[in-house]
Amino acid sequence: MNELQTILSDSVNGLLAERVTKSLVQKAEEGEFPAALWNEVEANGLTRVLVPEAEGGAGGTWADAAIVLKAAGEHVAPLPLADALLANWFLTTAGIEVPEGVTTLLEGDFTLDGGKLSGVAPRVSFGRNARYGVAIAKGEVALVSLDGAAIEHGINVAREPRDRVVLKGAAATAKKAPLPANAMRLYGALIRACQMAGALGYLSSQSVAYANERTQFGKPIGKFQAIQQQLAVLSTQAAACSVIVDYACAQADKRGHDAAFEIAAAKIRVDDASSIATSIAHQVHGAIGFTYEHGLHFATRRLWSWRAEFGAGREWADELGRETIAAGADALWPRVTAR
Amino acid sequence: MQPFRFDLCELPGETEGLREEIRAFLAEELPRIPKVTRAQTWSGSDAAFSRKMGAKGWIGMTWPKQYGGHERSFFDRYVMLEEMLAAGAPVGAHWIGDRQSGPLLLRFGTEEQRQKILPRVAKGECYFCIGMSEPDSGSDLAATRTRADKVDGGYKVNGTKLWTSGAHTAHYMIGLFRTNLDPQNKHAGLTQFLVDLKNTDGIAIRPIKDLAGNAHFNEVVFQDAFVPDGMMVGTEGGGWGQVTAELAFERSGPERYLSSFLLMVEMIRELEKRGGAEGAREIGRLVAHLVTLRQMSLSVAGMLEKGESPALEASVVKDLGAIFEQDMPVRAHELLGIEPLVGEGSDYEQVLGYLTQTVPSFSLRGGTREILRGIIARGLGLR
Repeated sequence: MNELQTILSDSVNGLLAERVTKSLVQKAEEGEFPAALWNEVEANGLTRVLVPEAEGGAGGTWADAAIVLKAAGEHVAPLPLADALLANWFLTTAGIEVPEGVTTLLEGDFTLDGGKLSGVAPRVSFGRNARYGVAIAKGEVALVSLDGAAIEHGINVAREPRDRVVLKGAAATAKKAPLPANAMRLYGALIRACQMAGALGYLSSQSVAYANERTQFGKPIGKFQAIQQQLAVLSTQAAACSVIVDYACAQADKRGHDAAFEIAAAKIRVDDASSIATSIAHQVHGAIGFTYEHGLHFATRRLWSWRAEFGAGREWADELGRETIAAGADALWPRVTAR
Repeated sequence: MQPFRFDLCELPGETEGLREEIRAFLAEELPRIPKVTRAQTWSGSDAAFSRKMGAKGWIGMTWPKQYGGHERSFFDRYVMLEEMLAAGAPVGAHWIGDRQSGPLLLRFGTEEQRQKILPRVAKGECYFCIGMSEPDSGSDLAATRTRADKVDGGYKVNGTKLWTSGAHTAHYMIGLFRTNLDPQNKHAGLTQFLVDLKNTDGIAIRPIKDLAGNAHFNEVVFQDAFVPDGMMVGTEGGGWGQVTAELAFERSGPERYLSSFLLMVEMIRELEKRGGAEGAREIGRLVAHLVTLRQMSLSVAGMLEKGESPALEASVVKDLGAIFEQDMPVRAHELLGIEPLVGEGSDYEQVLGYLTQTVPSFSLRGGTREILRGIIARGLGLR
C-alpha cells in the first residue's frame, strides 16, 4: 500500500470498526439513519476518494477507492457510502461541483429537457435519507436535489432503504461527461463487487473466530477436520474475490472506461462466491448465526441483496459469454493476456 | 486479519516481445499435433519438442548462464509457461526438471551435480522424475519407508516408489529415501538423492496404466541399488525441509488452472457453430473464473520473483485451480451433452474424452485437495 492507501485504510477501518456497532446497524434497520456517522464519513473525505484534490477530494484512484469500498462492506456500514463515492466521481467527471450531504445514485430511465430531469429510479439506495441524487441521462450527468421529490419507501432483505424516486421536471445541474452509455450499471457493479468482497472477507474471518471459540465434544469446533475443510473453502472464495475486485479497479485506473471485461468478471465471481460463502458461514455458526441477535446476518443479508444489484452475475455472464463466443474460440487467450 | 496476501502483479511490458516470439514458434510447431494430444500439455512427453525449446532458450530460463541457464526473470518464465499450456504444447518431457529438480539442484545440489546435469536439462535432453509417493506413503509423506543404507562409498537403496510420473522416460529421479528412522520424529531422517535411472543396477521400472489406458506413471522398485555419496542432494536428514521448500513452486504455476483450458476453447468453438447465444452464460462464468485464477497465480509469481515464499497462497491457487479444471468437463457435458470419445470423433469429442477421464487426478497430484485445505486451515489459525 502507498501512503494515501495506508491513510485511507486506517481512517475508514478505524472509524467504521469503532462506530458501526450492532446496535447502530439494528437501529438503521428500524429506520434510524446514522446521520452523525455519515457526517464523520464525509468529514474524513471517504466519499471523495475519486474527487481531485483541487476540488476538495483525495485525488485517488480506483485502487484507492477499493480500500474504502471493501471496508464499507466488511463493516456493514448502513450508509450509502459506496453510492456517494461513485456519484461524486460522476459529478467530477462532468465538472460539476460536489455538494455536501448525503448523495446517492439514481439508477433508472431519465430524460433531460432544458435542465429539467424527469424519470423514475425504482430502487434508490437510501433515497429517503439523501439530500442529492445523481443520474445519467443521454451522456449527461445530472445533479438534483431530492428535497420535495416523490419518494416511495422500499427496502432490500438487508433492510437497507431501496426507495422509488420519481422526478418530474426537477431542476438539475447537468453537464456532458465522457462516460460510456452504461456507466451507471457498469460502475455500480464495480462498487457493489468491492463491497461484496469486503463482506466476504468478514464472513471468513468471523467464521474462523467463531470456530475457535465454540466448543463441542470437548474442543473448539475448528479443531474438527470437517469444519476446517469448509472454512478453507470459504477463505479461498473470499481471497479470490479480493483479488478480482482489486484487478478490476486496477484496470479501471489503467484503461479508463475500457475495463468492462474485468468489471463483469468481478461481479460474476463475487456473485458465485457469495452463494458458497454465505452457506458455509451459516453452517459453521449453527443455530446462533441464524438468530437476529447474532450479527452474522448483517453481512449475509447484504450479500443476498447486493449480488442482484447493477446486474446479477448471470446478466454479466450472459454479456461476457456472448462477447467471448462472438470473438471466437482462438481469441480468448490473446484477449485474457492482452489486458 | 487477512490470512493471505495476494498483491496484484502486472507482468512487465518487456515480456510481451517474448510472448509474441513464443506464439510465432507455436504457430509453426503445433498444427501438426492433434488437439487430443495437445490436451495433455504438461503430461505429454515429446523429446523432439523439448530439444527445440531448449535450443530456443526456454528451459532453465532463470538459471545462471554457467549452468546452461539464461538468467531471465521469473516473469519471462511465467509468460513462457502460460503460452505453452494455453496452446497445449507437449512440454511434459522436460517439465519436472525445469520446474522443480533444476531449481532444487541450484539450491541444494553440489557444484559437480549442477555442472554435470543442469546444462543438459536446459538443452531439453535430460529429464527428471520425482520419487516421493510409496505404497504406504501418499499424503503422509513422512511415512516414507524406502531405505538408503550407508555402505562403502555410497548408499544401498531398497524399497518401492509408486505413482512416479515419467520414470520410464526420465534420466534421473530425485528420490526421497529414509537414511535414519526415529519413531518419535518421522520427519527427520529423510534425505533426497539424485538417482541415475539409466545406469544403475537394481532398479526396475514398471508402467502403471491409468483408468484411461495411458501409462504416465510407474512403480519403481529398488533392490540393492547403489547410489554413490556424490549423489546426495542437500544434507542428510534435511529432505523434509527441502521438499517443503519446493512446494511453493509446484503449487501455484499456471499449470494449476490451465490443465483443461483446451476443452474450454473447444467448447467455445462448438457454441460458435450453434449461433453464439446458447451457453453464453456458462462461458461468461468460466471466463470470470479464468481471469481471477490468472491474477492469483500471477500474484504468487510476483512474490516468488521477490524471493518470498508464498507456500500458503500457492495452496490457495492450487485448490481453486483444481476445482476450475475439474469442473470443465462437467460444464461441457451440461452445455453440449455430447458423448466423450476415445480414438475417433471430432477434436471436441476427443479432448472431452481425454479430460473427462483425467480430471480426477487433478486434485490428487501435487498434494490432495484435503491436504491443501489442511494447510490453508493451519494458515487460518485453526490447527
